[in-house]
Amino acid sequence: MTELLAFLMSYETLRFIWWLFLGVLLIGFAIMDGFDLGVGALLPWVARTDDERRVLINAIGPTWEGNQVWFILGGGAIFAAYPLIYSAAFSGFFVALILVLFALILRPVGFDYRSKLPHPQWRSMWDWGLFIGGFVPALVFGVAFGNLLQGVPFYFDDSLRVHYEGGLPGLLNPFGLLAGVVSLSMLVMQGAAFLLLKTVGHLRERAHRALGVAALVFALSFAGAGLWVGFGIDGYVLTAFAGTEAASNPVAKEVVRQTGAWFANFKATPVLWLVPLLAFTGAFGAWWLAARRPGVGFIASSVAVACTILTAGIAMFPFMMPSSLEPAHSLTVWDATSSLLTLRWMFWMTVLFLPLILFYTSWVFSVLRGPVTLEQVSDSHEHY
Amino acid sequence: MMPDPLVVDLSRLQFAATAMYHFLFVPLTLGLSLMLAIMESVYVMTGKEIYKQMTKFWGKLFGINFALGVATGITMEFQFGTNWSYYSQYVGDIFGTPLAIEGLMAFFMESTFVGLFFFGWDKLSRVKHLMVTWLVALGSNFSALWILIANGWMQYPVGAEFNPETLRMEMSSFAEVFFNPVAQVKFVHTVSAGYATAACFVLGISAWYLLKGRHIAFAQRSFAIAAAFGLASVLSVITLGDESGYEIGHSQKVKLAAIEGMWETHQPPAPFTVVGMIDSENMKTDYAIEIPWIMGLIATRSVDKPITGIRDLVAEHEIKIRNGMQAYAALQQVRANPEDAGARARLMEHQADLGYGLLVKRYAPDVVDATDEQIAQAARDGIPPVGPLFWAFRIMVGAGFFMLGVFVLAIIATSRNTVLRQRWLLKLAVFTIPMPWIASEMGWFVAEVGRQPWTVAEILPTWISVSSLSVGDLIFSLGGFVLLYTALLVVEMYLMIKFARQGPDDPTPTGGADTPSLTSAQQA
Repeated sequence: MTELLAFLMSYETLRFIWWLFLGVLLIGFAIMDGFDLGVGALLPWVARTDDERRVLINAIGPTWEGNQVWFILGGGAIFAAYPLIYSAAFSGFFVALILVLFALILRPVGFDYRSKLPHPQWRSMWDWGLFIGGFVPALVFGVAFGNLLQGVPFYFDDSLRVHYEGGLPGLLNPFGLLAGVVSLSMLVMQGAAFLLLKTVGHLRERAHRALGVAALVFALSFAGAGLWVGFGIDGYVLTAFAGTEAASNPVAKEVVRQTGAWFANFKATPVLWLVPLLAFTGAFGAWWLAARRPGVGFIASSVAVACTILTAGIAMFPFMMPSSLEPAHSLTVWDATSSLLTLRWMFWMTVLFLPLILFYTSWVFSVLRGPVTLEQVSDSHEHY
Repeated sequence: MMPDPLVVDLSRLQFAATAMYHFLFVPLTLGLSLMLAIMESVYVMTGKEIYKQMTKFWGKLFGINFALGVATGITMEFQFGTNWSYYSQYVGDIFGTPLAIEGLMAFFMESTFVGLFFFGWDKLSRVKHLMVTWLVALGSNFSALWILIANGWMQYPVGAEFNPETLRMEMSSFAEVFFNPVAQVKFVHTVSAGYATAACFVLGISAWYLLKGRHIAFAQRSFAIAAAFGLASVLSVITLGDESGYEIGHSQKVKLAAIEGMWETHQPPAPFTVVGMIDSENMKTDYAIEIPWIMGLIATRSVDKPITGIRDLVAEHEIKIRNGMQAYAALQQVRANPEDAGARARLMEHQADLGYGLLVKRYAPDVVDATDEQIAQAARDGIPPVGPLFWAFRIMVGAGFFMLGVFVLAIIATSRNTVLRQRWLLKLAVFTIPMPWIASEMGWFVAEVGRQPWTVAEILPTWISVSSLSVGDLIFSLGGFVLLYTALLVVEMYLMIKFARQGPDDPTPTGGADTPSLTSAQQA
């Protein structure tokens, strides 16, 4: 027992656990707030009349707020557990992240204010606000991931201040944009899968068509990005470092770049190929099952979302934010974390509170289960 | 490479603007969530529909405010990384922890249940809905706790040590960070201010209905609850004012001296300067009106402890800067050769003042070769702007006492049942609505400008904390935030006023059936 605890509480194990926790939070965000973003991006297209749009908005209205906290908590957790990545990534992707924040800011007000006034122009304005609030983050998160895979142009100076060369135009390269298509189609698929659970009639049929298109685009772009990563992009290889238990000094290692290196983890442990395979299977299953078994379809879509993120994480492991400018300054699982004490405290806090969050979130969803209909929204002013 | 001074100024401006916008909405969320829980508790216990109606109506206004609180809050969680990346990497080991726990423990709960508060009336039993409302209130208040632990640490950084291997501060004791006395005092002060804000809001709008003769029963009950809740809160804000935290830690002492315009160290107990003309150039206060003893009593809770004046604090800074230069020199030697035991010993000896070495780095990039003139300049930088702090503090305190007076009058009128006759009091209550916002914004101004020139007191100077960004980046982000927030604030105010004017969905708009005499008095 004490040996197990000693193993669990070692710096190496905790660093790995925190890599997993960040994955859990990111996946939690993509599954839960992912469908809100997807519904936002689908809003002007799937729903045409005002009441139809209110159905979509009320399908996610009571729960989107809690779902968004996966994103906020992700920000806080990366700050606490991987402060070097928090500071390097967010200042490096400055313009992109500020754009995401501008877009996300439109959502809380969009949901709450849109239906408070009857004017069609007012409502249409907020509908586009909600669309931007879904579309922009869904696209930009993928673009950011695409750039992580290629390496980001940053370096540390001798006081460990991070410097970055290149702005937003640098991010919008072909592979980055392809990754953006992957995440956008993935979250649109997730949003459509959720709508199949929460709507009826015409809306549900349109959502089903959107699901089919999104799942197809997702599968093609994910496959394309996979081939590109395997044969067109340099991965990074850690050739020497201070060790998994050493203090977090991000400039004390040696790194080389190699085409195909991002496949090394899969080649070393072939069972990991199941992860990207499950991403395809999930997308196919979502399209295949969503109409008849919407619950299973939503789970299948969620599996696709989770496995897509895991695929990227596994490909890069132990790298988290490689540097294209100064590969030896890349940030890895072993040299970008906070101190052992902080990781321990945060570990126990997460173990304590995450199950609680899952418990009450499930309770709230079970209270609000069942579809939202046109009749409900048109004769109630309790709805958004 | 040194950060561009314009980037530093614009980053500060952006943080100040986004934080001050955010805090327009936070105090009302803190207080109103609790008032909603209290109103709904009364409903569940008495079964009187009017309390449900109150919970729903004030809840609607709560929702309009909450949306912008969330919108402006998203920025805050990420802004440390986007604009203050050196800060984030230097102290994230400590500062990130309360922020993450806030998400895990508080904000998740608040946000998950807030939807059910609005949408769950027909789906939940009375008791379950009440539980949901309490969890929203609890969540928002816990949220404030963790955010103020984070902020308190910036004011008084305990439980942390510098690590030369990682070139950053690292946590040495979670308990010290959590039980930081400055943070605890700030928490109580801030949430009480939030309660007072909500009380002023409900009191003022209820008074407006009473002046218009609308929703009498509804407004009278709301007025009474707000008066009692507000009096308790504002007394807590004043007596637990965070001045009591000012004797701890050097930086807090500097802040106190600046707030009071105390240029000279005074024989205890020091007098309190009510008003005066601050002359920062010559380090003196003209035409000061002073009350003897009061300052010493407030700040030190004693008659014999001295309060250090600004001139003496500047002299202390010079000594600390020279120590800090030694620490900086030793740190460079340790970085070059980790085995150098002598350098390690020197670093340990002067480590506490390493931040002061960084303070002079602004003028002497290599630190160790700073001239006497540069040291003197950095020592003066160690004092925040006295005039603005002196006045902001007095506006805050003035607004606080003004609210105290209004709540006392409101309580007296409520207990004597003379609220409807005292129209001047109702008008005064409407006029008081903006007061808590003025007080809160001034309070944050004092807390944060008073901490300058540091982001983390005595550890990390503000100018060094920023990200390596261009002026263009800052114009884009600052301009975008100001435009977006201002537009949203206009929309929010419009909706708030519209729905406040509209009033509750009242079956008998001129008054409740249980107050016939008042209603007829109003109609006559």
